[in-house]
Amino acid sequence: MNAPILDVRNLAIDIDTRYGKARIVDGVSFKLAKGETLGVVGESGCGKSLTMMSLLNLLPRKIAVSGGEAEFESRNLFTLEGEDLRQVRGGRIGFIFQDPMTSFNPVMKIGEQLMEPLIHHKGMDKAAARKRAGELMRLVGIPGGEARLDNYPHQLSGGMRQRVMIAMGLACEPPLLIADEPTTALDVTIQSQIVELVKDLREKLGMSVIWITHDLALIAGLVDRIIVLYTGTIVEEAPVDALYSSPQHPYTIGLLNSLPKLSPGGEAEKHLPSIGGTPPEPGRRPKGCPFAPRCARKMSVCETQIPKLESLVEDAAHRVACFAVTGAPAS
Amino acid sequence: MKSDVLLRIDNLVKHFDVRLGAFGQTRARVHALDDVSFDILEGETLSLVGESGCGKSTAGFTILRLFEPTSGSVIYSGANIAALDDEAMRKLRKDLQIVFQDPYATLNPRMTVGDAIAEPIMLHAGKSKAEARARVTDILSDVGLPERFANRYPHELSGGQRQRVAIARALACRPKFIVCDEAISALDVSVQAQIINLLRDLQDKYGLTYLFIAHDLAVVRHISDRVAVMYLGRLAELADKTALFSKPRHPYTKALLSAVPEADPVVERRRKRQILTGEVPSPMNPPSGCRFHTRCPIARDQCKAAVPEWREIAFGHRVACHAVGVKGWET
Repeated sequence: MNAPILDVRNLAIDIDTRYGKARIVDGVSFKLAKGETLGVVGESGCGKSLTMMSLLNLLPRKIAVSGGEAEFESRNLFTLEGEDLRQVRGGRIGFIFQDPMTSFNPVMKIGEQLMEPLIHHKGMDKAAARKRAGELMRLVGIPGGEARLDNYPHQLSGGMRQRVMIAMGLACEPPLLIADEPTTALDVTIQSQIVELVKDLREKLGMSVIWITHDLALIAGLVDRIIVLYTGTIVEEAPVDALYSSPQHPYTIGLLNSLPKLSPGGEAEKHLPSIGGTPPEPGRRPKGCPFAPRCARKMSVCETQIPKLESLVEDAAHRVACFAVTGAPAS
Repeated sequence: MKSDVLLRIDNLVKHFDVRLGAFGQTRARVHALDDVSFDILEGETLSLVGESGCGKSTAGFTILRLFEPTSGSVIYSGANIAALDDEAMRKLRKDLQIVFQDPYATLNPRMTVGDAIAEPIMLHAGKSKAEARARVTDILSDVGLPERFANRYPHELSGGQRQRVAIARALACRPKFIVCDEAISALDVSVQAQIINLLRDLQDKYGLTYLFIAHDLAVVRHISDRVAVMYLGRLAELADKTALFSKPRHPYTKALLSAVPEADPVVERRRKRQILTGEVPSPMNPPSGCRFHTRCPIARDQCKAAVPEWREIAFGHRVACHAVGVKGWET
């Protein structure tokens, strides 16, 4: 891997509860190369969104980074403040949020919201920013382009609002784009339009992309590498082909098996293989491997010790945190 | 599978009159459901798919008469549901049940799970509280929950457990027909598979008939016997699952299927998508003729002028498209 654009090391995030602090993201480390697209996969509550929000100091109240660093363009994102932080937000790292309904200011025209980052980060004057905003609207495929700049958010449909969100994320052509489930609320036809759009823009602009999702089917054709999160820790990390063709962690295998298959031939079996149980609540993580209570390959060591992320012998880029795969530690 | 017709839906229409503008001065009519006809066979799972706003949920609600139909009929065991008086309708309610998408919103937060399940038994079967509570244990075990859950409140349950309770509640009066309105859409992938399996097991055990309303085509392919595709308030195509997924005829069905991603990076990279441009037009002002003509890749003048007939092109395979069967037109 050439020099990474983003290097997150040992990230820990805590939540303040009535009963004291609880760790919700624990020891997450990953790198992202220039031009690379990374998929971050996990179910609700696994910490995938919080991990990314922490990078821009966007964590909600009572939730805070308690350890680790995130190096981006040779600076630690966690120590940035004031103007420095503002320059990175939107300027160097673009962010597309999941819910386009709540991410806009409802009483500000779309155009003004889209021009804001251009004026702030790129130092454009109003006329230039408006021209650029119109171009961005066309770039993300909004029919009418400029004419829509004077609309308010409620005047656009869900799919269009999401496109405007993407236009905002891309406004300053950031070297890194973080997309948090950008298509979850959309229909499949619009979803595939947006995926194609991001692929296209990534090539044109040479961006690195982090795509957060729970949908393993959606990102199969989109990303280069995937990390799988379970209750705030990385349980598997692999190049995309390896993850789908030879998943190692029992959780990843379970997730892939529980997807109904669409491809023709081989009529679907009557029963979908499913993972029993539900993920533990944050703050109620078991002592050993967080997946142990739901795992079919559980051994006694899994209940007492936490497995570390280790490379497979045959593929150093494929890393798994599971005693059943990499062998139990000598005690 | 038996092939007796359980419900016959004939020319069902549902329009909503709305007022728009800041002072409600503009009247408009939403054409949510127009001239929809199909049969639901006893013991089958019929899926209704389409993009948001296509009227699939309205169809489910109108069939159960949770919305009063504007015109048309729904024949169930010899009677037209749409014309029954309140008393007769109430008696039928126990046969016809519904499970909603959001199990957080459908359960009363101040009622224990046991009371929530017992309530319909007391109301519809006229049982005493003690008798009803005795049945609750059986029903809970049917949906895979231990007896002790009867004393819990909804907030103590996970999303998957809550959806099990919602299903238990629908089952309480031993219904014949259940509308599952996006019943698994809000759940995590691993939990989704559990609920799909549960629905199938219950169908086998009690001979239930499902109308399964969903937008996730991979799930639909897994669970259905037949599939109906809706677009903007009208049916576009209906066929048994294998025919619909392997030989779709309507251009909209083709586009919809091609937009569904698959969990296989090799397949995804090779795949050519047929991307639908634009978005679904407003049901307040639906296009003339075939409602899909504004986005259809093969539309001709005829499609703007005339509404395509809902015709049978092969046994049990219906489609509403002028092009189907015309040499040199249908692709």
